[in-house]
Amino acid sequence: MKTDDGIRAPAPAVPRPPISLPQRSALLTRAGWSAFVIAALLVGVLAPLLNLVVPQDSALHLSDYAVALLGKIMCYAILALAMDLIWGYTGILSLGHGLFFALGGYVMGMYLMRQIGREGNYKSELPDFMVFLDWKELPWHWALSDSFVATLLLVVLVPGLVAFVFGYFAFRSRIKGVYFSIITQAMTFAAMLLFFRNETGFGGNNGFTDFKRIVGIAIATPMMRMFLFVLTGGCLLGFFLLARALVRAKFGRVLQAIRDGESRIMFCGYSPVGYKLAIWTISAMMCGVAGALYVPQVGIINPSEMSPANSIEIAIWAAVGGRASLVGPIVGAFVVNGAKSWLTVAYPEFWLYFLGALFIAVTLFLPNGIVGLARGWKRGGK
Amino acid sequence: MTPELMEEGALRLERLRVEQSSGKTESGGRQAGFSRIATPGEVDLTHGRILYLEDVSVSFDGFKAINKLSLDIAPGELRCIIGPNGAGKTTMMDIITGKTRPDEGTVFFGSTIDLLRYNEPQIAQMGIGRKFQKPTVFEHLTVFENLELALKTDKRVVPSMVFRLDSAQGDQVADLLHTIHLAEDVNRLAGNLSHGQKQWLEIGMLLVQDPKLLLLDEPVAGMTDEETARTAELFLTLKGKHSLMVVEHDMSFIRTISEIVTVLCDGSVLAQGTLDQVQADERVIEVYLGR
Repeated sequence: MKTDDGIRAPAPAVPRPPISLPQRSALLTRAGWSAFVIAALLVGVLAPLLNLVVPQDSALHLSDYAVALLGKIMCYAILALAMDLIWGYTGILSLGHGLFFALGGYVMGMYLMRQIGREGNYKSELPDFMVFLDWKELPWHWALSDSFVATLLLVVLVPGLVAFVFGYFAFRSRIKGVYFSIITQAMTFAAMLLFFRNETGFGGNNGFTDFKRIVGIAIATPMMRMFLFVLTGGCLLGFFLLARALVRAKFGRVLQAIRDGESRIMFCGYSPVGYKLAIWTISAMMCGVAGALYVPQVGIINPSEMSPANSIEIAIWAAVGGRASLVGPIVGAFVVNGAKSWLTVAYPEFWLYFLGALFIAVTLFLPNGIVGLARGWKRGGK
Repeated sequence: MTPELMEEGALRLERLRVEQSSGKTESGGRQAGFSRIATPGEVDLTHGRILYLEDVSVSFDGFKAINKLSLDIAPGELRCIIGPNGAGKTTMMDIITGKTRPDEGTVFFGSTIDLLRYNEPQIAQMGIGRKFQKPTVFEHLTVFENLELALKTDKRVVPSMVFRLDSAQGDQVADLLHTIHLAEDVNRLAGNLSHGQKQWLEIGMLLVQDPKLLLLDEPVAGMTDEETARTAELFLTLKGKHSLMVVEHDMSFIRTISEIVTVLCDGSVLAQGTLDQVQADERVIEVYLGR
């Protein structure tokens, strides 16, 4: 228990080599910006040209079916990106993001229903399902559905508010991990049951469909479809930059610190509740926008969008692409949904087996997803 | 009154002022009195105690982890805590940092701040830093990013979104990187550091928070002899500027750094004194050797 060596006197100050502290990383690298610009050109210039200008019998023509499919997948990619912020970076697995998506979709759907005007089957000012239910006037929650500006705001605010209130109570009570995931799952399931009921005033299990116009312009024209496609692509790219800015800031590193050691970050003086709530709400708002873009392109919204399986699929896209990489989940959304649209036509009975096998394979062999695999190859090649 | 006397008096007054402003006196030169104003957020050291625990008890499922524990630490003191496993050392730190609520007792930071009314982040911001038994650094972040997170800044959400390291803070981090001998590893991922380096990084993360009181749970566990010696040096330079509470099992390390050693056993203080005194204490020998 004894030691003889005393401690050495503090060493005299020797000139130290200066340290170059790391600079703030750029929003995107040069290569990143190049890829970004290429993606923007593909969506904003090439796709419209190939679809609208190139004649239909040409081999280069981009079919309307492909435009619709890609537009839909880009909406899903926004969802996957939102999931990456909350799951990949903050470590909170949400199995209820389908709800926020559907809420944004319903807000847009209500507006589109009002845009039908008197052209519905019953030639009434009211949406058809209300006439069918023998309602005489619009319920209170349809009050703002006539205004396009209000709709645009509500698309963001409704999912944001629901997420904020839910998150406030969940995070303040320190609900974590699998318990949080189960509660979000229950939340979207409960909302689905609520929306299935006719009395709630959201069209019951049929939801909203038969849309005719958006801001007075016919919705089914090639031009409008292409406009929505480009708008969706723009939103996806914009959200990507936003997400990149968030995770690059110190804010993003606090999120990762919450994921990797929540109690440690509390002893560093950070209160995790505010951070979780902020990213949770931002993520939900992104989902709302995705839903609002989805509905006019697909032409229908009904409560099945809130089914638990849909929310789980979002998590699968993010996992397959690669969590905590931002690009990964977007890639994952394209790969999985591309495979889905092909397999459900070619081998419809095998799709769910394939999806399950894919998820297991990724979990076992590719913990960092497709993007992690690609990065590994790149590093190995050098 | 002669001019010499006046001169001498002025000189004496001057000396007293210097002494008081240098904070050499235990109370930092401040007087106790009724007219003192408690400044919120400022630690009041008038009574010469930075940490004060009295009659603290906590039990988990009937097991008394802490039993009527009373302990106090002076500003600038380096206090070593030893004790057998299960003596309540870590639980005591949990109570001080707000992780565990005691069943009874009082815990004060300075004379005015009742720590039991605050949660972990608030207590950390007041200036109590804690190093865990197992080194916990953020493995997916670099050494620099780890330190930047711990840096004393506004830690609310929006300021974190727009935070930029200014040059003074950059210098502070650079200085510290030399102190903890990680200057060359600034861009490495913390997960790739050796065990001893992780311990150093965690100590560094405490120091950039500029805490008044540091709680260190087994800081030299798993360090090489050389790293241990450097840690001892570091702690001795910190002593005086900060108050330290060190829990350790390494007796030679304690011998190097300690003034007063407190022995905890079964959740309360068994003995207190210099290392030689407590090692000679019959009761201490008994709990350690089981006689």
